[in-house]
Amino acid sequence: MNQLTIAIIFYIFAAVTVLSAAFVVFSKNIIYSAFSLLFTFFGVAALYVFLSADFIAVTQVVVYVGGILVLLLFGVMFTNTIMQTGLKADVLHLVPGILLTLALIAGMLFTFYTTGNWMPGVMQLNGSVVESIGLETMSRYMLPFEMVSIVLLVALLGAAYLARYDKAQKK
Amino acid sequence: MSSSPSLNTWSDALSGFSIGWFPLGLVIVAVIPLVFIALYALTYGVYGERKISAFMQDRLGPMEVGFWGILQTLADILKLLQKEDIVPTAADKFLFVIGPGILFVGSFLAFAVLPFGPAFIGADLNVGLFYAVGIVAIEVVGILAAGWGSNNKWALYGAVRSVAQIVSYEIPASIALLCAAMMAGTLSMQQITVMQAGPNGFMHWFLFNNPIAWLPFLIYFISSLAETNRAPFDIPEAESELVAGYFTEYSGMKFAVIFLAEYGSMFMVSAIISIAFLGGWTSPLPNIGGLELNTMTSGPAWGAFWIIMKGFFFIFVQMWLRWTLPRLRVDQLMYLCWKVLTPFALISFVLTAVWEIYR
Repeated sequence: MNQLTIAIIFYIFAAVTVLSAAFVVFSKNIIYSAFSLLFTFFGVAALYVFLSADFIAVTQVVVYVGGILVLLLFGVMFTNTIMQTGLKADVLHLVPGILLTLALIAGMLFTFYTTGNWMPGVMQLNGSVVESIGLETMSRYMLPFEMVSIVLLVALLGAAYLARYDKAQKK
Repeated sequence: MSSSPSLNTWSDALSGFSIGWFPLGLVIVAVIPLVFIALYALTYGVYGERKISAFMQDRLGPMEVGFWGILQTLADILKLLQKEDIVPTAADKFLFVIGPGILFVGSFLAFAVLPFGPAFIGADLNVGLFYAVGIVAIEVVGILAAGWGSNNKWALYGAVRSVAQIVSYEIPASIALLCAAMMAGTLSMQQITVMQAGPNGFMHWFLFNNPIAWLPFLIYFISSLAETNRAPFDIPEAESELVAGYFTEYSGMKFAVIFLAEYGSMFMVSAIISIAFLGGWTSPLPNIGGLELNTMTSGPAWGAFWIIMKGFFFIFVQMWLRWTLPRLRVDQLMYLCWKVLTPFALISFVLTAVWEIYR
């Protein structure tokens, strides 16, 4: 594949991501917004592939499409009268909104250019990405990894406690 | 041979081929599995399933069109093509139309990482197995779009049941596949297969290489039945209660696309189980002394033959189970997933890890 083909494919995915994200925001129907989010997540996963981060791309699909989007769709579908209520998608506070957006973009660009040497990131990875991720998680990032698992366990316990069968209530 | 550097030669040669900026070879690489799904769904999928179920019920099945009804599927396809493309008035037009499309794309995307023999694979990703497990998520969204878009309570119930089932059974299935990945030490589909190749044929397969491998194998097989909505886990389309589940309102070509997606994912899970536990495209025949059966039956074309045959064998088992086992209830389905399969999958995961460390 030559550079032109790669560029064309990249711009197709970028357009899919941006347009579907815009549709999520501007659509008046929450169901369409939710389904449009599929294309956004998928496009972002494709952009990760262009950054040679294939593991993160697949994780993006698994977590966001398989987990969060499905949960979102379930939540939306179980809401009654969903098709009748129109979402408010009007422009309300134009000037503060633009200011806030500009400030956010400026802040992000500032961090992007000052911290972290992201721009020349052309370091070649040796071997499989999965292997290095596994090694790093089990050695240098052992503590954060275990902390995350404890947080998840607590969340799981809390959910089970809230949803459990209440014996006292039945009597 | 298996571990020679000639891995992926055909697909590499194809993907390097392009006319100007247009990557024609890449398109051909993508079209080959598509044509394969269409051909196999026509012959073995529809006609084979009807014949097999007929023989299991002591019937003859389709007999009128052509010799032993062999042209029946072709007649059915012509009929489907001629049908009026009906979109119900009350349906959500956009979601109704896009649903089958997303569904088929979701089932077809996994074919990108299935190695059809040592010389052909769509993309030899180093996260291949993970990708194949994860991409099913897109199918889930397609089912929800179809079920919601139909604006029919049977369809919505079918879709919700189907999605709940697929999302739950992904957990034991993934843990079971993780056992195979642990035995191989890699997630690349080609490398997993190469690890199971050798002169002794089936003796190198992971299923026979580890005293606990039968457990994840069984768990993945059961979960794969649930993920493809096949009997005995076909409660999403339970005819006796839900008419036809999430595709109640579909007819004509859209119905055909949904069926193509179902047959596509049937072959996909069968191929994944073959790759993870039964050596993918490697030949099952061992070299016996001077009689080099394994060497004779290895190579690009033989590899394609073996992987397709292994896939077809598991599809046959799926059809066989459909006429053997009664349908589960919803609560039994969830009980099986969370209280039986998931704990046993975790046990097999730990045992496999111990075996891999101390063998």
